[in-house]
Amino acid sequence: MMRAGRFRYVVAKSAAEAAQALADGGGKAMLLAGGTDLVPNMKRRQQMPEIVVSLRQVAELREVAMNGETAIGAGVTLADVVRDPRLRQHGALFRAVAQVATPLIRNTATLGGNLCLDTRCNYYDQNYEWRRAIDFCKKAPGPEAVAIDAVADDGDGTCWVAPSSARCWAVSSTDSAPALIALGARVTLLSSRDGAREIPLEALFHDDGMHYMTKRADEVLTRVRVPHDGVRSTYWKLRRRGAFDFPALGVAAAVRFGTAGVVEHARVVLGAVASKPLLLPESSLLVGRALTDDAIAEFVDATARWAKPLDNTDFLMTWRKQVSKLFLGGVLRELRGDDVQTFPLLARRAATLRNPVW
Amino acid sequence: MRRSPTNNARIALTVNGETKELLFAPNKTLLEVLREDLGLTGTKHGCELGECGACAVLLNGRPVLSCLVLALECDGRQVETIEGLADDARLHPLQEAFADCGAAQCGYCTPGFLVTAKALLDERPNATRGEITEALSGNLCRCTGYIQIFEAVEEAAAKMGAKESK
Amino acid sequence: MSGHRVVGKPRRRVDGRAKVTGQTRFADDLQFPRMLHCKLLRSPHPHARILNVDTTRAERAPGVHLVLTGKDFPVTFGILPVSMDEEPICREKVRMAGDPVAAVIAATEEEAAAACELIDVEYEPLKTIADPLEALATDEPRIHDHGDHGNVHKKIALEFGDVDASLAGADRVFDDTFFYEGNTHLALEQHAAVALLDPDGRLTLHSSTQVPHYVHRQVARALELPAHKLRVVAAPNGGGFGGKTDVFNHEVVVAKAAMLTGRPVRICLTREEVFLCHRGRHPVLMRLRTGVKHDGTIVAMDLETLLDGGAYGSYGVASTFYTGQLQTVTYHVPRYRFRGCRTFTNKPPCGPKRGHGTPQPRFGQEVQLDKIAVALGLDPAGLRLQQLEKPGTLTANYMRLGTIALRQCIEKVVEGSGWHDKWQKLRDGRGLGLACSSYLCGAGLPIYWNDLPHSGVQLKLDRSGLVTLFCGATEVGQGSDDVLAGIVAEVLGVAPQEIKLLTGDTDLTPVDLGSYSSRVTLMAGNAAIQAAERAKAIVAAGVSAKLGIPEDRLVFAEGRVFDAEDPEQGLSFQDAVIVAEGKHGIIGTTGSYRPAVSAAKYKGGGVGPSPSYSYSASVVEVEVDRTSGWIEVKKVWIAHDIGIALNPVLARGQVEGSVYMALGEALMEESAMRRLPARLSSALVHKFPSMLEYKSPTTMEMPPVETYLVEEPEPNGPFGAKEVGQGPLLPIMPALANAIFDAVGVRIDEIPITPDKVFKALREQAQGRTPRVGPASFPAIDWGEISIVPPPWEGGDGRAINEKPRKSKVVESGVRLAPDSPGANVSDGVKR
Repeated sequence: MMRAGRFRYVVAKSAAEAAQALADGGGKAMLLAGGTDLVPNMKRRQQMPEIVVSLRQVAELREVAMNGETAIGAGVTLADVVRDPRLRQHGALFRAVAQVATPLIRNTATLGGNLCLDTRCNYYDQNYEWRRAIDFCKKAPGPEAVAIDAVADDGDGTCWVAPSSARCWAVSSTDSAPALIALGARVTLLSSRDGAREIPLEALFHDDGMHYMTKRADEVLTRVRVPHDGVRSTYWKLRRRGAFDFPALGVAAAVRFGTAGVVEHARVVLGAVASKPLLLPESSLLVGRALTDDAIAEFVDATARWAKPLDNTDFLMTWRKQVSKLFLGGVLRELRGDDVQTFPLLARRAATLRNPVW
Repeated sequence: MRRSPTNNARIALTVNGETKELLFAPNKTLLEVLREDLGLTGTKHGCELGECGACAVLLNGRPVLSCLVLALECDGRQVETIEGLADDARLHPLQEAFADCGAAQCGYCTPGFLVTAKALLDERPNATRGEITEALSGNLCRCTGYIQIFEAVEEAAAKMGAKESK
Repeated sequence: MSGHRVVGKPRRRVDGRAKVTGQTRFADDLQFPRMLHCKLLRSPHPHARILNVDTTRAERAPGVHLVLTGKDFPVTFGILPVSMDEEPICREKVRMAGDPVAAVIAATEEEAAAACELIDVEYEPLKTIADPLEALATDEPRIHDHGDHGNVHKKIALEFGDVDASLAGADRVFDDTFFYEGNTHLALEQHAAVALLDPDGRLTLHSSTQVPHYVHRQVARALELPAHKLRVVAAPNGGGFGGKTDVFNHEVVVAKAAMLTGRPVRICLTREEVFLCHRGRHPVLMRLRTGVKHDGTIVAMDLETLLDGGAYGSYGVASTFYTGQLQTVTYHVPRYRFRGCRTFTNKPPCGPKRGHGTPQPRFGQEVQLDKIAVALGLDPAGLRLQQLEKPGTLTANYMRLGTIALRQCIEKVVEGSGWHDKWQKLRDGRGLGLACSSYLCGAGLPIYWNDLPHSGVQLKLDRSGLVTLFCGATEVGQGSDDVLAGIVAEVLGVAPQEIKLLTGDTDLTPVDLGSYSSRVTLMAGNAAIQAAERAKAIVAAGVSAKLGIPEDRLVFAEGRVFDAEDPEQGLSFQDAVIVAEGKHGIIGTTGSYRPAVSAAKYKGGGVGPSPSYSYSASVVEVEVDRTSGWIEVKKVWIAHDIGIALNPVLARGQVEGSVYMALGEALMEESAMRRLPARLSSALVHKFPSMLEYKSPTTMEMPPVETYLVEEPEPNGPFGAKEVGQGPLLPIMPALANAIFDAVGVRIDEIPITPDKVFKALREQAQGRTPRVGPASFPAIDWGEISIVPPPWEGGDGRAINEKPRKSKVVESGVRLAPDSPGANVSDGVKR
C-alpha cells in the first residue's frame, strides 16, 4: 500500500484562515482541496508538506454566482462544474472539465486544484524508488530536497528530458487552464500579507516546470471570474484513452463573431506542450476577417512554432507536434460552424461533445 | 481553526449508516482506515494513486476514490461501501445482476464498479448505454471487457424501474 | 446440449454472490492477530555486485522485528527445474533494478518502509544489457552463469523436413520480419502473501497465486523444509492472466519471516513492484519465411524468433518453445523449421501472459497470410479455409490434434461481419481484417518430470446431502470453481450452488498443477467427472438395493434419484446419500487426470502437445484517420471453437475479456524500458510502471463485440469442452493489423500499433516509399546443430535422427480416466 508521509492537518474555516495557515507554515504548508493531485504526490514523495491545510470547510470557495459574469469558487468540484447548467455557456470550460481524469476523480477534484495542478513529467511522476534509480531529477532532486520550498535551488539534479538544460521541462497538464485563459478568465489570489489581488489567468503561470506558478506559497486561489462576452468556445484534448489520461495536447479557443462571420475577438491557447498554457499572440491575426480556410491555414502556419513537445509525456513527441497543427485548425473550423461529423476521425472525436453525469 | 497533532487523530466516521469513533494516524486515507481500522476489506486497492478505480466508495452519495481522500476529511460525512450495498440479507438489484450476467469475473474491481453504478442509477435510473459507459470510465476491469458489466447495469436498471412502477 | 440440465445452460457462477458482496477474501484481505508487515528494499541498479549490506540502523528502528538479507537465504529457486536462478533476496549481485537486497519486518507497513531507508547497501555497478542484440554481442559480464553461453539463455533449432528444398521449389516465398513489444498482465489485484505458523507450529502460506502446488514445492525447497511441513493456500486471485504463475521471492521471504518471528507476516506489493515482478509477454523479434504455391497453399515455413527474456529464467525455456511449437496446428504446414533464442537482459523477467509465447508468432503468421492473399489476389478467408489442418492430424512437429471447428468459426465471422461485401470494398479509411488462431487445452507435460496425475478431485457426500469437492485448482476469476461445481452437479443431478468447494489448498486438496495453460476445464474437469461418476455409482447401488430399481435405470436430476421409467419412484438426493452411506459406509471418491503420451519424442517435443486445441477466428473492423494515423476499432466479430460451453455466461465473458486484453496490447500497452545516457547514469528502468501510464483500455475504448461460441464436442474434453480463456485473444492483434491495411494500405509489422506508426507509414506511402513500419532485419545467429525430425508423412517417428537417443519413460496412456493408476484410488475410502 502506497502511503503518504506524516504531516500536521489543519482545517481552515475560511479562505482568510487558510491564507493565514499558509503564512504561518512558512513554506512548509500546502493546501488540500480535492486532494487528487496532492495525495498521490505525497505518496510518491514528490511533495512532502509538513502542514496540510484542509479547505473542506471553507464554504465560500464552493459558490457559483452569475451576475453579468460568472464567478466560480476555486473549491467547486469538477463534477459540479459539469453538472451546473449555468456553466454550459462556457463551452471550452465545460468540455475541458468534462474530460479531466475520470468521473470518480472529478467528484473530488476542484477547479482551483486543476488550475494549480503540478506540472507533470515521465521522469517526475514516479515512485520515490523509481526516481532514486535514475538518481532523481531537477524538479525533485532527492531525499533531502522533497519539501515543497526546497525546489528553489535550481542547481541540483539533472533534467532528464534535456540533460544539458538549466531548467526543468515538466509539462503543464491542466485541462481547465487553457480553456479558462481562452475565455479571458481572471483569478483572485488571497494572502494574509497583501489581501486579495486579481490577475488574468494567463499571468498565473510561468514557463518553468519547477516554478510553474506566479502564485506565492502563502497565497490561496479563491475564485475564477469568466466574462460574458458573447464568445463561442471549445476545447480539444489529445489523450490515449477516453478517460484517466492527462492531456498530451490541449487546444482551447474562444472567438466572438460579428456580422458576416467576421472575427471580433479571438483567443487560442495551447495546453500540455510547455510548462505553462500558451496564449498564442497570433490570435489577434484572426481578428477583422472571416475564418476562411485560408485564414485558418495561415493561422496554423504562423502558430506551429509554439508547439514544442518533448519526450516526457505520452505519445511520440514528433507526432504530438503534428496533431497540434490539426487541432489548431480544427478548433477554428468547429467554431465557425462546420459540421464536426464530417471531420477526420481524430478531430471528430475531439470535437464531439461528451455529456458525463459527473 | 482546528489543528490535529501529527500523531493520531480521533474522528467519528459514519460508514454504512453506523458511526464509529476511531483513532488513527492523520496521514491515513479513507481506504486505509476502511480496510485496516474497520476491517471492511470489501473495498479494494489496485494502485493507491487514483489510477484504477478499485477503491471507489460513496461519499455523501457520490462515488469517489477512497485512496485519494484523507480519512480525516470524512468527518461528518456519509461513507457507503460495498458492505452496505445489500439491504440486510437482500442483495441490491445491481449485485444480483452483476452475479447473473457475468459482470464479476475475478471480482476484484467489482466493488468499485458496483458503488459507482449505484450512484449512477440513483441519479439516472434510466441511464443509457452511453451514460453507463461514461460513468464507469474511471473503473478499470482487466477480466470482462466491460460488456457484461454494461449489460448488468442495464438489467438492474430495468428491474429497479419495473419495481418502482408497480 | 441435449439431456444436460446444468452443462450448457447460462447461469450464475457459484462464487458470484461472494464477489458482488465484497466477501471474496483475496490474499491482502486476510488479517490475523499480531500480524507483522514486510517491505522489501530493492536495488536501484540494473546490474551490480553487492559489496556490503549494513542493516544495523534498520534493526534499531521503531517497530522493527526482523531484518533479512541474502545471507538468510542460501538456496535458490525457480519455476522450471532447468533454471533455478532466482533468489529470495539477492546475495552477491543484483540483475535488475528492483531486485530485493533486504527485507524488513515491522509492526506496521509504514515502519517497515521507513526502516528500509536505513539499510546501507554498497554496490559495484556492472555493465548492463538492455536488449537481445546487446546480449548476443556481450559475452561478459554474464547475467547468469547458466544458460547456453554468454548471455544467451536458450537456443532451439528444430527442422521437420527439408525446408530449404521446399522453399526453393515454392512458387513464391514471402519473407517478413515482425516485432512484438512486451506487455504485462496488469491484474487489478497486486500480489500479496501472508505466512503464519499454525497452532501446531506448521508453516502456512496464503498467497495470490495461480499455482499453489508449484509454490509449495519451491518454497519448501528454498527454505529447506520437508514439503509436508508447509501448507500453501491460494487465495482467489484478483486476476492472474499468467502473472501469478511463478513463485515469487516475496512469498519465500514472508514464509521465512513467519518461521523466525512466530507471528503472521504479510506483504502486499505496490503497483510498481508488480511491474517489476512482471513475467509478462516477451518482446520478440521474428523472421518468418513462408513458401507457397500460386494458389496460396503453404509448402514450408521457416521461423526464427529472438526473445528478450529479462533478468531471470522464469518459464523462459518453455516460452521460447512456444514461440514456434504451435505454428503448425492451424493450417497444413508440410515442412517446418523453427529456431528460437532467448537472451538475458537486465530488466524485469518475462514469462507467460495469456497465450504464452504464441501471440507473437501468431501475429507474424496471420499478417503474413494476409500479405500472401493480397499478393496472390486471393480472399484471406478462402486462403485459410483451403488449407485448414484436419481433425485428428499428427502435425509436422508431432502435435496430435483433436476436433477442429475452425471452418465453422471462419464462416461465422465472415457471415456476421459481411466480409464479402466489405473487405476491399469500404471507403478509404475504413477496413476489415481477418485472422485465426489456435491454443492449448492444457500443457501435455507438467513443468517437472513425473508420471503423476495433473489434476485430482476428491468428493465427500454425507448424510446432510451436501457434496463437498476438494481440488487443488485455483480460482483466478476464470471460473474454475464454477466449472468443477457445474460438472459434478450435472453428474449428480443437484444444483451447482449446493456443492461446497474447497480449492487451492495443498494440505486439504489433491494436487492440481494450477491455473495456467488453459488446463483447468479439461484436466480438473475430467478428474471431477471421474470422481462424480464414482460417487454416483455408490449412491446408485444404495438406491437400487433399497428401491429395487436397476442401477442403469436410475436418473440423477433435480435433486432426486429416480426411476427413468417411473419418475415418481425415487428418493431425494439426500435420502439417496443416506441409503448409500448405510450400505457402503462413509462416501468419498477421487478422480484423476493425466494427459496421454505425446508423439513428439524429440528434445523440446514436450512443449506444445495438448489433449486438445481450441480454435478461434476473428474479423476486426477499423476506421483509420489519414490526417493523424488515429485508429478506432468499430467492431469485433469473434468465433471460438469451444467444444461445449459449460456455462455460456462465463464462456462469453472469457471471449470478450480476451478481445479486450488483445485490443489493449494491439493498440496501446507496452512494457517499455528507459535507459538513461551512459555518461550520466547507469539507469535502466521500466518507463512507466503505473496504472496511469501503462495504458489499459477503459470502458470508452471497448468496441461492440459479436461473440459466436461454436460447439462441436471434443472427445477428450469434459462433456466435450475445450478451453476459452486464452485462445480468443490470439487472432485479434493480426486481424487488427490486417484491417488497418485494408483501410489505408499500410502495413504495421509490429505491436503495439500506435497512431504515430500508422502516420509514419502513411507518410511513406504518400512519398511513394514502402508503406510499412516494422523491423528492418533479423540478426544472424549461430544456431548450432539443428535437430532433424522427419515429419510423419516422410517416415518420421517423432524422434530427431541426429539426436542421441534419450531414455524415454513410457507412460501408460490414460486420456480421460486412469482408474487403475495408484493416484486414483488412494483415498477412495470404499471397499469393493
